[in-house]
Amino acid sequence: MPNTVREMICIACPLGCGLKAELSESGEILSVTGNSCKRGDSYARTEITNPTRSFTSTVKLTGGTRPVVSVKSKAPVPKGKMADIAEVLKSVTLPAPVQIGDIALPDAVGTGVDIVVTDRVSAA
Amino acid sequence: MDYELIVIGGGPAGMAAALEASKNGVKQILILERAETLGGILVQCIHTGFGLHYFGEELSGPEYAGRFVVQVEENPDITVKPDTMVLDIVPGEGSHTVIAVNKADGLLELSCKAVVLAMGCRERPRGALNIAGSRPSGILSAGTAQKYVNLDGYMPGKEVVILGSGDIGLIMARRMTLEGAKVKMCCELMPYSSGLTRNIVQCLDDFGIPLKLSCTVIGVHGRERLEGVTIANVDENRRPIPGTEEYVPCDLLLLSVGLIPENELSRAAGVSMDRVTNGPVVGQDRETDIPGIFACGNVLHVHDLVDFVTLESQQAGKGAAAYIQKGTPAERTFIPTKGVNGVRYVVPQKVDKSAVEPVKLYFRVGEVHKNAQVRVRCGETELVKKRRPRLAPGEMEDLIVKPEQLASLPPNAVLTVEIVK
Ligand code: SF4
Repeated sequence: MPNTVREMICIACPLGCGLKAELSESGEILSVTGNSCKRGDSYARTEITNPTRSFTSTVKLTGGTRPVVSVKSKAPVPKGKMADIAEVLKSVTLPAPVQIGDIALPDAVGTGVDIVVTDRVSAA
Repeated sequence: MDYELIVIGGGPAGMAAALEASKNGVKQILILERAETLGGILVQCIHTGFGLHYFGEELSGPEYAGRFVVQVEENPDITVKPDTMVLDIVPGEGSHTVIAVNKADGLLELSCKAVVLAMGCRERPRGALNIAGSRPSGILSAGTAQKYVNLDGYMPGKEVVILGSGDIGLIMARRMTLEGAKVKMCCELMPYSSGLTRNIVQCLDDFGIPLKLSCTVIGVHGRERLEGVTIANVDENRRPIPGTEEYVPCDLLLLSVGLIPENELSRAAGVSMDRVTNGPVVGQDRETDIPGIFACGNVLHVHDLVDFVTLESQQAGKGAAAYIQKGTPAERTFIPTKGVNGVRYVVPQKVDKSAVEPVKLYFRVGEVHKNAQVRVRCGETELVKKRRPRLAPGEMEDLIVKPEQLASLPPNAVLTVEIVK
């Protein structure tokens, strides 16, 4: 079997370079081309081995000036875990006030990544 | 004089302009904000991707705004009046008057030396689209849905069709999918998307949501509540092709069909407007043709990245500070800029010949081009030329002209920005 080429678009920054990764028969990454910077290279490698995304959502608040507050994963999480994290977050409720950086859910679904608050909401 | 500077709008543009003016020595600055809090539209943009250029890290909208909100709150030169609606700007000789209203103060008539317009933009409404059919509930702009979901914690529908591939629509496709809705498709009238490529990848492709190009919604169905839409493919003249109609059941239609700068106040004040950007005509310090009135951010032209809004607004803040301290220079020659050969517009629309700092010309192209060259020329003289792997209407570009190049230009010069074939 010859080497295969996988095409993808780098999403590490808004430029969106078109990347080509050459894979050997055994699935080993031989080369990455088309990237305008180093981050494109590492994006292609993770996208092939373990695709990750940054995750954002909201969680419920009690006693705040707003009913919900925005949250994000502190680091990118495996793409396949996003739906699971969204599901778990449905049962999370935080008491207001909250600050940017407060932990909403530690170690989300065993990824080792914390879900943190990204906005400031004061108590009503 | 009540204030040296009044900034209209407390989103990313207004905050950056006010902070930069303060940094440049302006002492009495007032920000008038229509909402209850600072931050503008960023507050509801809870996804990440903001700040890569400006802060070198990927932040969510509220986090990006938050960094400026803290600085504004701590700055003794800046006063903020939230919940305040500006009704009118009355330009005058050497002083302008801003008329506004809020619950605490009632009607306000405030005089100032300079004004920064930073009102942002709003979404193109459905009325501008002309879709046939009834008027059921369940048709929202993507930004309104974003507010419902992200700030009010309320899901406006379960089965969703998105018309238009603007970034907010794409972001909402992902958001609503993760919240349990079924996003059936995103229809785009044009043969290309108007959103950022990365948003198509991570908001549609990741979830298997089809992006239908050259496709539009031609009818909506349902009496009280939306029950479905009819979509159809369009030809190169954007007319529906008979026989391609398809009925798609859904209870929510999101419109993400473009943004328009919010310039009612600017127009009423008599500021000259650019017909392509729908924003004021400005020089590189973002001063309009009314001395002492500046404009920046999405009110000037719709940006795709907030980082560039911040940078542009800092120029406006610095420009306003210089105007407040020194007034208008006695002699000033402006060179007009112009977009041709595929370049739709250029901001600023004119450049001061005696600029002391490099001038960044922002521009947008009308179509997708691969591996093209863009350049700035004056007559036959080429000033800058750069290769771009990809040019797309959804992505703002820029080229930089140096002060020495400007100084050497003939008196009746025009700076032309174009795509080289
Ligand atoms: S390769 Fe670099 S420049 Fe290109 S999209 Fe990725 S991060 Fe951006």
